[in-house]
Amino acid sequence: MINLEIPKKFKPLATQANQVATEIFRPISRKYDDAEHTYPKELDMLASLMEGLEEGSDMGGAGAAGVRRDADGEAPEGNRNGSNLSTVLGIVELCWGDVGLLLSMPRQGLGNSAIASVAGEEQLERYGGKWAAMAITEPEAGSDSAAIRTTAKLDGDEYVLNGEKIFVTSGDRADLIVVWASLDPSKGRAAIKSFIVERDNPGLKLDRLEHKLGIRASDTANFTLQDCRVPKEALLGNPEIDTKQGFGGAMQTFDNTRPLVAAMAVGVARAALERTRDLLAEAGVEIDYAVPALNQPAAVSRFLEMEADWEAARLLTMQAAWMADNSKPNSLQASMAKAKAGRTCVDVTLGCVELCGAAGYGEDELLEKWARDSKILDIFEGTQQIQLLIVARQLLGKSSAELR
Amino acid sequence: MNENGNGTSVMERSQGVVLRSLGWLAGTELLDRVGLRKAVERVVFQGTKGGFRTATVAGRAFKATQKLGKPARQAAGKPRSLFDVTPDEEQQMFQEAVRDFAEAKVRPAAQAADAERETPAELLAQTSELGVNMLGIPEELGGVMTEQAATTSALVGEALAHGDMGIAYAALAPGAVATAIGRWGSAEQEATYLPAFAGEDAPAAALALLEPRPLFDPLSLETKARRDGSDWVLDGVKSLVARATECELFLVAADAEGVGPALFVVEPGGEGLSVRDEPAMGLRPAATGRLLLEGVRLPGEALLGEGRREDYVDCVQRARIAWSSLAVGAAQAVLDYVIPYVNERTAFGEPISNRQAVAFGVSDIGIESSGMRLAVYRAASRADQGKDFHREAALARKLCAAKGMEIGSEGVQLLGGHGFVKEHPVERWYRDLRAAGVMEGALLV
Repeated sequence: MINLEIPKKFKPLATQANQVATEIFRPISRKYDDAEHTYPKELDMLASLMEGLEEGSDMGGAGAAGVRRDADGEAPEGNRNGSNLSTVLGIVELCWGDVGLLLSMPRQGLGNSAIASVAGEEQLERYGGKWAAMAITEPEAGSDSAAIRTTAKLDGDEYVLNGEKIFVTSGDRADLIVVWASLDPSKGRAAIKSFIVERDNPGLKLDRLEHKLGIRASDTANFTLQDCRVPKEALLGNPEIDTKQGFGGAMQTFDNTRPLVAAMAVGVARAALERTRDLLAEAGVEIDYAVPALNQPAAVSRFLEMEADWEAARLLTMQAAWMADNSKPNSLQASMAKAKAGRTCVDVTLGCVELCGAAGYGEDELLEKWARDSKILDIFEGTQQIQLLIVARQLLGKSSAELR
Repeated sequence: MNENGNGTSVMERSQGVVLRSLGWLAGTELLDRVGLRKAVERVVFQGTKGGFRTATVAGRAFKATQKLGKPARQAAGKPRSLFDVTPDEEQQMFQEAVRDFAEAKVRPAAQAADAERETPAELLAQTSELGVNMLGIPEELGGVMTEQAATTSALVGEALAHGDMGIAYAALAPGAVATAIGRWGSAEQEATYLPAFAGEDAPAAALALLEPRPLFDPLSLETKARRDGSDWVLDGVKSLVARATECELFLVAADAEGVGPALFVVEPGGEGLSVRDEPAMGLRPAATGRLLLEGVRLPGEALLGEGRREDYVDCVQRARIAWSSLAVGAAQAVLDYVIPYVNERTAFGEPISNRQAVAFGVSDIGIESSGMRLAVYRAASRADQGKDFHREAALARKLCAAKGMEIGSEGVQLLGGHGFVKEHPVERWYRDLRAAGVMEGALLV
């Protein structure tokens, strides 16, 4: 039975997340955009509060918690609205508040997603409750994550990691860093594994924190790993180099996290649309949904165009999450959602600045900040171009060797 | 008078003569010699632009066969609590039946129907047999759906337009009239007209809102209905009416004196009502025509239902969902067609789909058509649940108008020169998809 509304049972969660966004994120949004690299201490209490909320429900929480498929892999009976969808809805609300602050939420990092998605029981026990960042990108390997040069060599009961990692979100603040490294660079993708490194490991050296266009509340760290020793048990997933499975294992996390990043974009874009609607109304321009767009002021026409794109992005995001809840393969839809939401968010936030003129461009409003924050959402967790590649390969039935 | 407000001209009266002599005239050197060619061409152009109108002919006599105490209405569906993109069983049944039919019958007929500007009668009858034009008829009057079926209608529109958008328009146009009467008509109007739509040999009919001018707004109509005693007198022009010459019933939107924009039931054959052919860029299988109303006198009860503004706005928005659903089907057709093409077409020693510039075009068609589909489903499903859906309908239209056109264009582009010629259907989809942003009224969910 087709129904694309927010399910009733998740409305309290969305309301709660919206309250957090309104009461906690928005008031400090400008402050931590200005004070880059200063830890938003207000988030500590919030994180505990939210974890408390999550424990008491099966809603999966409102943050970037991990996404786990049912272990038996069987599709549940009938239609299911579960933690993937609720997480997406929560993220939309929180990022309507401030995406930089959401990315700074303790214990809600992408590393936590990876751990929650692929860790074994022992690892879950050992690392649960800690804040985990994700370190994939290197100076010479961005989208081409199979080209990473960081190595992991087994030495007795330990792996020894060597290499350089950049763009590690929350890298300075987290307790753990999930590091991607190759067991054997000659064996390509299949040899790439992820390792959990404690932040205070003496082999992990913080090089610097980046100064950025947007999401300035979130710290972005660069590290050097120099003979960084981790216990054998720190390897996430299967230690064997299975060339048949290839890269699939490592990339699996992304199918689950792409809708979450898409949700971030949907939330930021909504913030800009809503504020612009209000400012236009103050200027005497109201949006009429019955009169054709071209018969209304140009500003309304542009607004409707952006809102229509946003609606498509939002529904694609919800669909991708819903498919995950129902154990349907959603790699195609997850990438579609990420591509559409990423580019729409940039277009919408920049368009809103234009519609609001100097009021939108100046720092009195948050519109200019959202227009800076938005750009990263079309880049991290797979750039626009990478998403288009994934979508194209799926639609055309091509391998990554054929369509490079 | 013609629709431009000019008096009957010599040109109009002599049209037949002009036409007969056109072939001869164009070929003569006489015109050039006496320097008259330009002037004659202009006259000929004006002549054809103005005319070949024919008076409408009365169709069957519609008669109430039963008496309803009050209008019969389909109930709104219960609000649904869970997010779900899957159609229910009944919807899947319709969807699959229409999809199979579209693939087996509609697509193979599309090229000829486009060229001849005619959808074969057999094809229309077969579509009708699928029940697709009865979705808005209340059960009491022979309908098949107890509850409102906007979503089912949208799924049907999508599936049929996957075969061909122009044929879908021709085939679904009568259903819009039935749905409008079933939703907003009086008990008397329902009893008079709906049984014919529910039976075999349903009449050709059209819901005529659109008027031929830039920046047309269905809420401010130039077609006027003025009161004359208890009668209504209508003047105006309606554009791109499906199978206008064959229609046995029209619903005409007019700005009614003291009422505002509203629909009128107009049977053909009356004084002052004529049609003329209006070929367009696309939707050619629907044999589009103009409906000309010049002092058309109607009885007071010709006003559909109570003439409420909210009903009329509802109609406008439901039509936008319907056209958007057709755009989704045509967009999907483009995607399904270009995928094998770019995989098989080689250039520089390999399939062109190995190149990102080509492959990303395919990705964008996939992404945007998926977004369009979800926007349409959401608007339709809200309508079925009795929720306000006007914002969602407007967004679906905006999206489908813009992305539909882009997809039509990209479809041709991906085939290059081959896309520009009629050997492939993409040029037809290019023309048809532009209609999603132009059409108002005509179809309903």
